[in-house]
Amino acid sequence: FFTPPRHPGVHLLETVSPALTPLPSTPLQDIRNTVGNIPMEWYQDFPHIGYNLEGKKIYKPIRNKDELDMFLEKMENPDYWRTVQDKMTGADIKLTDEQVDLVHRLQKGQFGDVHFNPYEPAVDFFTHEVMIHPVTNRPADKRSFIPSLIEKEKVSKLVHAIKMGWIKPRKPKDDTPTYYDLWAHEDPNSILGRHKMHVPAPKMKLPGHEESYNPPPEYLLSEEEKLAWEQQEPAERKLNFVPQQYRCLRAVPAYSRFIHERFERCLDLYLCPRQRKMRVNVDPEDLIPKLPKPRDLQPFPTTQALVYRGHTSLVRCLSISPSGQWLVSGSDDCTVRFWEVCTARCMKTLPVGGVVKSVAWNPNPTICLVAICVEQSVLLVNPCLGDKLLYGATDQLLESYVAPEEERVQPVQWVTATMEEHSKGVRLVVQHSKAVKQVTWHGKGDYFASVVSDNSNMQVLIHQTSKRWSQNPFRKSKGLVQCVLFHPIRPYFFVATQRYVRVYNLLKQELTKKLMTNCKWVSSMAIHPGGDNIICGSYDSKLAWFDLDLSTRPYQLLRHHKKALRSVAFHKHYPLFASGSDDGTVIVCHGMVYNDLLQNPLLVPVKVLKGHTMTLDLGVLDVLFHPTQPWVFSSGADGTVRLYT
Amino acid sequence: TRRLCILKGIYPHEPKHKKKVNKGSTAARTFYLLKDIKFLLHEPIVNKFREYKVFVRKLRKAYGKSEWSTVDRLKDNKPSYKLDHIVKERYPTFVDALRDLDDALSMCFLFSTFPRTGKCHVQTIQLCRRLAVEFLNYVIASRSLRKVFLSIKGIYYQAEVLGQPVTWITPYTFAHDHPTDVDYRVMATFTEFYTTLLGFVNFRLYHSLNLLYPPKIDGQADVELKPAEGKEYAMDSESYLEKLSALSASLARVVAPTHEDEVEMDEFPVEGETAEQMDVRKKEQEALEKHKKLFEGLRFFLNREVPREPLAFIIRCFGGQVSWDKSLCIGATYDVSDPSITHQIVDRPRVEQQVVGRYYLQPQWVFDSVNAKLCLPVADYFPGVLLPPHLSPFVTEQEGDYVPPEKLKLLAMQRGENPDEESEEEEEDEEEEEDENDKEEEEEEDESEKEEEMKLKKMEEQKTQSNKALPVKVTAGKLRLEDKQRLEQEQQSEEKRLAIMMMKKREKYLYKKIMFGKKRKVREANKLAAKRKAHDTAVKEEKKKSKKARRA
Repeated sequence: FFTPPRHPGVHLLETVSPALTPLPSTPLQDIRNTVGNIPMEWYQDFPHIGYNLEGKKIYKPIRNKDELDMFLEKMENPDYWRTVQDKMTGADIKLTDEQVDLVHRLQKGQFGDVHFNPYEPAVDFFTHEVMIHPVTNRPADKRSFIPSLIEKEKVSKLVHAIKMGWIKPRKPKDDTPTYYDLWAHEDPNSILGRHKMHVPAPKMKLPGHEESYNPPPEYLLSEEEKLAWEQQEPAERKLNFVPQQYRCLRAVPAYSRFIHERFERCLDLYLCPRQRKMRVNVDPEDLIPKLPKPRDLQPFPTTQALVYRGHTSLVRCLSISPSGQWLVSGSDDCTVRFWEVCTARCMKTLPVGGVVKSVAWNPNPTICLVAICVEQSVLLVNPCLGDKLLYGATDQLLESYVAPEEERVQPVQWVTATMEEHSKGVRLVVQHSKAVKQVTWHGKGDYFASVVSDNSNMQVLIHQTSKRWSQNPFRKSKGLVQCVLFHPIRPYFFVATQRYVRVYNLLKQELTKKLMTNCKWVSSMAIHPGGDNIICGSYDSKLAWFDLDLSTRPYQLLRHHKKALRSVAFHKHYPLFASGSDDGTVIVCHGMVYNDLLQNPLLVPVKVLKGHTMTLDLGVLDVLFHPTQPWVFSSGADGTVRLYT
Repeated sequence: TRRLCILKGIYPHEPKHKKKVNKGSTAARTFYLLKDIKFLLHEPIVNKFREYKVFVRKLRKAYGKSEWSTVDRLKDNKPSYKLDHIVKERYPTFVDALRDLDDALSMCFLFSTFPRTGKCHVQTIQLCRRLAVEFLNYVIASRSLRKVFLSIKGIYYQAEVLGQPVTWITPYTFAHDHPTDVDYRVMATFTEFYTTLLGFVNFRLYHSLNLLYPPKIDGQADVELKPAEGKEYAMDSESYLEKLSALSASLARVVAPTHEDEVEMDEFPVEGETAEQMDVRKKEQEALEKHKKLFEGLRFFLNREVPREPLAFIIRCFGGQVSWDKSLCIGATYDVSDPSITHQIVDRPRVEQQVVGRYYLQPQWVFDSVNAKLCLPVADYFPGVLLPPHLSPFVTEQEGDYVPPEKLKLLAMQRGENPDEESEEEEEDEEEEEDENDKEEEEEEDESEKEEEMKLKKMEEQKTQSNKALPVKVTAGKLRLEDKQRLEQEQQSEEKRLAIMMMKKREKYLYKKIMFGKKRKVREANKLAAKRKAHDTAVKEEKKKSKKARRA
């Protein structure tokens, strides 16, 4: 069966399985492996396996069968099952019948050689029967018959030692611990220093009624409570068990979590950080600051006295005549209404062609003039109310204007009202380039400032009525201006941007102070008639009180309102200020400013006034004090103006 | 180190500046004081632990090589260590040890109920049992038990040992289903320390009462206890512990007790204490003495379905005599048929053969009586009767807390009033009235309408007359008065509101927190009260219904 190699010189090793070596049909086709006994993976990625005698590559037979070909071959080739691939050459070999038989035999665990008989009869070299003659015939040693002297010596030594009491039998160990009076000598000096630091573990909580096996019925959980208990995290539960009721003691089962609880306690004892915590034992009443009673701080408005109805949309702004007799309100319904304060009668309705953002009555009592912001223009209106002499004089004053010879370049246009407008009361129109959002008068009544919603340096303009002359005080824009204010006495000008209030000196034309409001977005600003204190309301529901002499930070930040503040106001004579907010309330506070510089202002909230209904999430839009009485007006998003006295 | 931490009582600390210690992170970590760790290093027991480790290694090796003689030798020389010095170090004074006794007792009682196989060493369990029994015997001898409570978790006891309240809990006597998520090694380490502590405490306590420490049963009692049949019940050493744990015999004293050696307490007037305070103290003392002798002269018999050990313990603590069926446990002193028995504790719906001259009561009576410090009326606790709720004696209601009505009743009873009868009478009266009303209602339904009309007419007439006679004056005056009060209240509340507005941020936060807590408390109390009310009305209606049904 073994075929000798045709080219013995080429074969490096003869270990190639002879049974599986293909039989080369011709010497030319002898492509037996020439690489030797090496791992065949080394040639895995090459097209050849080894080299022939000439040093040429021996190529592997081309195997480009895909799965389909394989399958077809499997189906069609009857010898497929006996075809194996020779790893050495990469060629397919068909096994002969003998080879297949050999494989079968080996698989069954039989011998490879067919002729090998594993069950040949055994041949005994020695008989299993007992023979009369021994195999060896050596006589036994003498020493196996006499006792050992060495052992005897050893034993006698031990016996002697035992007799002498040198060796004692092992005492059974006594495991039971012995106790004695450990604290017999309590020496206070021996207490370690660490015991002073020691935090004893808190004792376990003692059980309440609900843990009883037969608790009062109110401690048992209802169905919903039980469900809620089950859904809670075990750590969040208030009780770590469900209260249960048993009719008698015999019915009480074992508590399944007993060992758990003891174990958790053990863990707490050695793993829980301990810390001494001072318990705040404060009477909550003591925390409330002692303030003077509001009763002692009277007068202040307490009740709603009048409601001025007429507007059909939100009333954005209010202003009052210096005499306190007339009230003007501007609204989103594109009208301005003039009211008599005492009777709540609407004296006049002035339709203007747009939403009224701001109104301001001239603070000079000798002039009867109202500035109204409507879209891009400021209207100067003579309401023709009150003393005829007075408003007549105002008209004369306005008409006495003589235009200067040379035309000056102005940022705005001053236009005299047409006849139609004149009959309604409008006297002058100051036309801006952008929408105007606020107008405010100087205390003397000649100058007024307007704020334009714009990003440029043209945001704030100061106008002089008598000369019909406007100017832009700022060269640079310092942010979005929210509102502006004239100092009542000194030539100061306050400009509130989103987060800061800047104070300018108009005479020196310089910045004197910059106040940090600590608010996100300032909405409104008011100045104390004394001129040294400012309050700022902000949209993040804070009210900041500044003492200009004290610092540039707020003296006090009041968080009384729950929603954004829309407007704040000071009273002219009484130490009162008010703030109106989106939560629909007006809070009147007592704000006493002392002449003594050392004494800080005293701020006490005295009254929360409610009345406005919430519309569109807006409450109070403007608040205003009566110039002489301790009365406060508020205008709201519900289209009403209310007077509290 | 864990074992060392447990034994030495080292615990982590919460650092003052968590970020500083934790290298800037705020993740939760446990911090030990450096001092503590250094302190652990000096502990001599560390070396013993090392020796033990080596021993275990050697033993394992010997086992592996199956060198049995070596195994025997090693086992004989097993290293052991003592925790005495640690106990002394952790509790420099005896009072310190007593303060920390709660956990030790609870743990020992738990371990003593473990099965003798499996979870931990048998010796530990036996030692725990022994110490627990010793402690119980001490409490009996000193009569220091104060409160007991049957909870669903187990039985709570509170004793006053040398002025320190010691509370422990024992599980109900059932086999434990041992949880898998519990590390028994931790518990075993704790128990190791606790047994040492408890042993020394017991020794000291026994000596403070002049009792022999490895406790001996009193000579006379011992004779009584000898089983009459003459055959030994078990091995002597074991039966001794069992006899002891029967808790029915008094203990031998070192010095024979002189009869009634109650020394009258001398009165030392403490400075700055008024006569009134003295009086109060004296009264308290008297009440305490009375409480200690609550069951004096009563003879109890425990039926076999009743948990024997807790009840025997409690009854003996208050001077009662107790016995049980001979086949139940060793140490029974008298039989069921003893005519001198006054109370038999029974936990079955009914008792067949009742002996005249004794009360058959449910076990809750004993517990409630102890907590109430007086023998409660027995009528509520007869077998088969729906028991009154069992209240926790550990709750002391403060102002504004919810107090269950049973507690109110109890308090009244303690004050010496007897509201029970009254209220019952009232209830009966009410019921009767209601019944009458029911009857009347049915009859009078038609009539009542007419009557009401008549009444209304009359009223109107009267009104008009009075109006004519006396103009508006009276009513107006009254109204104004009410208004004034209300106005004042409103004004005050408004002032408070305004003042709260002016509070500083931090104070406001604190104030709001306190107020929130208070409100929650009130809410919870109200909820409980409402629940109780609903329950009571439901019960009443049911009663009514059943009554009606019976009548029908």
